[in-house]
Parts: sequence; C-alpha cells; structure tokens
Amino acid sequence: MDSPPAGPPGPPGPPRDPAALAGALARHGYLADRGTATAAYLALRTGRPLLLEGEPGTGKTSLATALAGVLGAPSFRLQCYEGLDAAQVLYDWDFPRQLLHLRAVEAAGGAARAAEDLERSVHERRFLVARPLLQALEASRPGRPSVLLVDEVDRADDAFEAYLLEVLADAAVTVPELGTLRAEEPPVVVLTSNRTRDLHDALRRRCLYHWVEHPDPEREVAVLRLRLPEVTERLARQVAAAAGALRAAALVKPPGLAESLDWAGAVHALGAGELDAEVVEGSLGAVLKHREDRERVLRAGAPSVEDLVAAARRAG
Amino acid sequence: MSAVEGLARLAACARREGVAASTDRVEALLRCADALGPAGREDVYWAGRVALCGGPDDLPRYDRAFARFLGADPAGAAAGPPVVVDRPVAAADGAGTEGDGARRTLADVREVLRGRDLGALDALGEDEREAVRRLVALLRPVGALRPSRRRRPAPHGEVDRRRTVRDALRHGGEVVALRHRRRVRRPRPLLVVVDVSGSMQPYADAYLRLAHAAARARPGTEVFTIGTRLTRVTREVAHPDPDEALRAVAAAVPDWSGGTRLGEQLAALLERWGRAGAARGAVAVVLSDAWERGDCALLGEQLERLGRLAHRVVWVDPHEGKPGYAPLTAGMRTVLPRVDAVVSGWTLEALERLCAVLAAPQHGTARRA
Repeated sequence: MDSPPAGPPGPPGPPRDPAALAGALARHGYLADRGTATAAYLALRTGRPLLLEGEPGTGKTSLATALAGVLGAPSFRLQCYEGLDAAQVLYDWDFPRQLLHLRAVEAAGGAARAAEDLERSVHERRFLVARPLLQALEASRPGRPSVLLVDEVDRADDAFEAYLLEVLADAAVTVPELGTLRAEEPPVVVLTSNRTRDLHDALRRRCLYHWVEHPDPEREVAVLRLRLPEVTERLARQVAAAAGALRAAALVKPPGLAESLDWAGAVHALGAGELDAEVVEGSLGAVLKHREDRERVLRAGAPSVEDLVAAARRAG
Repeated sequence: MSAVEGLARLAACARREGVAASTDRVEALLRCADALGPAGREDVYWAGRVALCGGPDDLPRYDRAFARFLGADPAGAAAGPPVVVDRPVAAADGAGTEGDGARRTLADVREVLRGRDLGALDALGEDEREAVRRLVALLRPVGALRPSRRRRPAPHGEVDRRRTVRDALRHGGEVVALRHRRRVRRPRPLLVVVDVSGSMQPYADAYLRLAHAAARARPGTEVFTIGTRLTRVTREVAHPDPDEALRAVAAAVPDWSGGTRLGEQLAALLERWGRAGAARGAVAVVLSDAWERGDCALLGEQLERLGRLAHRVVWVDPHEGKPGYAPLTAGMRTVLPRVDAVVSGWTLEALERLCAVLAAPQHGTARRA
C-alpha cells in the first residue's frame, strides 16, 4: 500500500480522508453522508470499482459526476441496456473512412503496394473509433485518472457483464489488428444498479459495495437548497417533510430525492412560497409519477392533501 | 490484538452471520483499513461494510456481525428453526447408468404416471414417486421467444455493414458479397410464483420441482413462494440437483402450509421485485388455487398491476381439469378475467401442456387451456 499522498491538501490532489472528500463533493453539489463519503474515498484509495445500489432517485449517478468534478478529471458515462456489445462500448472501425482511404491509395496509383502493407494502413489508430470505455482508458493519466460511470449495469445482459469485468481487471483492451491499448493509470470506476436483476457474484466480488439510502430530512433540505438556490429555506423544509410523508405511505413509486427536487422546482415555478392545498394539488404530478399514487392521495386520502399540507406546516 | 487480527475477526464474525466474506473481500478490507489509517469505530464499520458486503441482503447480516464484533449481544438474531419438508432422500440408483431395459420401463411408467393426480402421490410407491419427480425435472418450462437487441450474422436479414466492409477491405475495397445479420431471439424471462399455503401442500413439492426445472432451463428465472409471507427462493432453486435445491428452499421458506394472503403477497412481490424488473416483460406463472383468506379486491388490483408489467400472466390451478371441478371460489372468480390463461396443473400431462403454453408465441389466446 502506498503512503498518504504528499503535497498540499484540497483540490486538485485527491482528498486526504473521507471528511475532506465529503467537503470537496459538497463544493461540487453533492452532499454525501458519512457512509457514502467513506465508500467513495476507499474506492479512490484502493483502486477498486465502486458498486452503488439503492432505490431509484437517491443520487447514485450524481455521485459519479461530482467525483469527476472533485478530481478535475474527464468523466465518461456508459448507459447500459440489453444487447450492448463491444462495438458499442469499446471501439469500432470507421469503415467508410477505411474504404475512402483504400480508394485514395488506389487512385494515387498505390495498387502496386503489397497487400499486407495496404491491410496495415487501413488498421491504423486513426481509423479506430473509441467508444466510452476505450475513451476512459485512453484519457486516464497518472495522478489524474479519468472517471468512468457504468450506469444501470443491471440492464445489460450477463455476457456484457463478464466482458466488462475483463476490461476493468486489466484496464486494457486488445484490438486484434492493433495490439493492446493499456491505460496509463486505471480509471476510477463507479457502477450503479437499480437491482432489476441479480448481478453476477464475480462482479460484486471485485467491487466495493455501497447501498445509497434516501437522505435524512436535514440532508434533503440541504440538497434542495444547494441545487435550487432560488427556493426558500421554508419551502425546502415543507417539500422535504411532505415528501417524507409520501414515502411513509404505501405507494407504487415513493418519491426519491430526484422527485423532491422536481417538486420544489415545480412549486417555485408556480410562484408559491409555501405548500397549501391548492399548490399541492396543482403540483402533485411533479412528485407522483403513477396514476394509482395520484388517485390514492386525491381520492383515497392515504395520505390526503390535507395530511401533506399539515406535515409541511409542522416543518416550516 | 493487532489491527490485522482485529479485521480478521470482523471478517470471521461477518462470515458467521452469513456474509460471504471471501479472501479477496478480506484483502479489500485490509486495503481499505490501511487507506483510512488509524480509524474510529465508525470508519471501521464503513470500511467493513463496503469491502465485505456484496448486496443489500448482506447489510443486516453485517450489522449483526459488527455488533458481535464489538462484543454486544446481537438482538433478534434467532430465527425459528427451519421447517423440514417430509420428503424421502432420492434413491441411490441414479439416472445415466441405466441400460435399454431400464429406459423402456421408464417409458412405460411415464405413460401411466402422466395422468396421475400430482396431489395424490402419497398413495403411490416410492419408486413411482421418484419417477414422477424425475419426469418433472425433465420438463423445460421457458418463456416465449422475443427479439433481443443483440444481432448475429445470418444468411438473410438487414445488411451487416460492419462485416460487409471488413470483407471488402480484404478484397482491396471491392464489395464482393453482402453480409447480413438478424436480431437474436431469446426466451422471455420467467417469473414463477409458487403458493405454499396449506391448501396447496399436496402440490407444492411438484410445483417447486417445476420451478427448479425452469431455473435450470434458463438462468435468470425468478422464483418466489407465497403463503403468509413472501420468500424469494431464486438462489435456492439454482442448485443443479433438484433434491438439494428443494432442501434449500425448505430451509429458506418460513411459512409452509400456513394460510394464504395472495393479494398482500403479490403486492409485496411487485413492490420489492416486480416493478424493479423481475416481472417487466416476463411471462409470469402463478401456481395457486387462489384460496384467498384476505381481500379479493386487493388480489384483483394486484393482478391487474402484474398484468400491466408482465408480458403474459399464466395461472396454474391444481384443480382445473379435475372431473366435476368448477372455479367457483371468490379467489378464482377474481383471477379468471384478469389473467391471460388459466392452465390445469394437476397431472404431469397438464404440466407438459403448461410448458407448451409458456413457450407459445401468441398473446393470451385460449384463456382456459
């Protein structure tokens, strides 16, 4: 294990301890609790990928973005979906340009050149199109690793997962025609999963694991204030409290932090300074994204609009 | 005690609580602890948590382990003793070593057994019961095919630009032949829900074996049991050996032969797993007699939700098809209009037909098969 990094604390160097990292993340718009800050710090220090799981809308993706900001590093995002393959995530050859190149050589009377020579000339690095994974590997420099976000890795199929493992383990890619392209320094890798399927144990084993919780009310208010500076402290408190009341009810989709942000933004856009029955009814679509949930609040009253307003009043 | 010894003890505690703290995880823990330097209790807690845990199920186990590590008494760690299903161990003469004669006997037995009520196997001899179990294990319940986003070379279909040009490069830039590719078709995921309540007890063994066969036929099949509680047994049924798998399920399920609250349990299933993806686009199979002790309105509501998430919902009723049976219970009356197909599940033959229904490509034709 290497010794703690020398040099002055604070950016641009990597933070000294989890608390320093939490401070740096806050400056980039992410308020991390102690567990999250420690997990991110350990991922940076040990060089292991960090696997983030948690309910949708708890800020898994924005942690990766903020981390890139803290490190002052280029960040690359790979959104996963079923059927992803190497050509989409790693590299592909630029076929039209390769063909043009061949035609150009021909036109210049280069047909006499040896076939192998021609073959080699169309497989130069300039004809290779780098996709996010290769881009991240190539952009990673010693002392300033790039940040690679593999978003919603549970959506890709397991064949891709195995492939990803291999690339991440070596921080290198082998292109048959070119040879091995190796990162100067392994990138910082953050994977997120919404648990739509079980990830393979092999992948979990190589990662540090962190479950991202919904923020506690105080942190939620702080996040609302940080992200939406135009929203008053009072309104932020009210929205956080009402969102908390919705989370406690049995809803199809309890609101996450992302929904609270939407809600606060919507209420502010309505020109309202606080939550009253009219404002809640008018802006409910910003926080509840299912018809059943809306009906439950408006008709069945569990919780009712009045309950939400009462919760909001108590908070601010 | 040195720091390393302390961490090793933490890992040991975690392992005792059921966290699979493998060697590389322990190594990660040491690295993490090293990175944190001399750390307080909370830092050690988090370092252990991110390094040793592999999933959300591990988190409560780890919390218990950490409490134990600190010397505190773990609260509420004691669960009830696992219920053992009364099920004789498989006969030692396994399949695979039989000669022609044995295979012929199996074929004969198979014909006879195909029509037997799976719920009345107790009346049969052990050999025949074993034969039925083996036959169930041979079934291949997989969902219908659907186009995947992945593409593969094919003689016809859209032009594969990549391979065509790669070929052309080999011929000095001349396109000699067009290459084609096609979308891969793969089976839809299967979501199997087995009712293990009291009224289903005679059929539970056969149905769990069917679920095991499904999990073997296609990895990624999700299996749940419902009764008074919902239990995810996907991991347990993944064991290659059916008897081992059933033993693991028996140990994992806390509510054998209790009452049924189908509506509540389906709601819990959709809440925790279904919406997240287990039911999305899947062929959902519910094996239950719909003997609902709870609220049928809730059951109806949840079935409609399941219907919107899943590609198809197939209900397997163990009594459907029996002479003189009519689906008159409030539960079955709730189920009938809300599922794509109701299939009989009382004999081996019926289960074979179920496999055919699952693999059928069309949408909910033949509501009663």
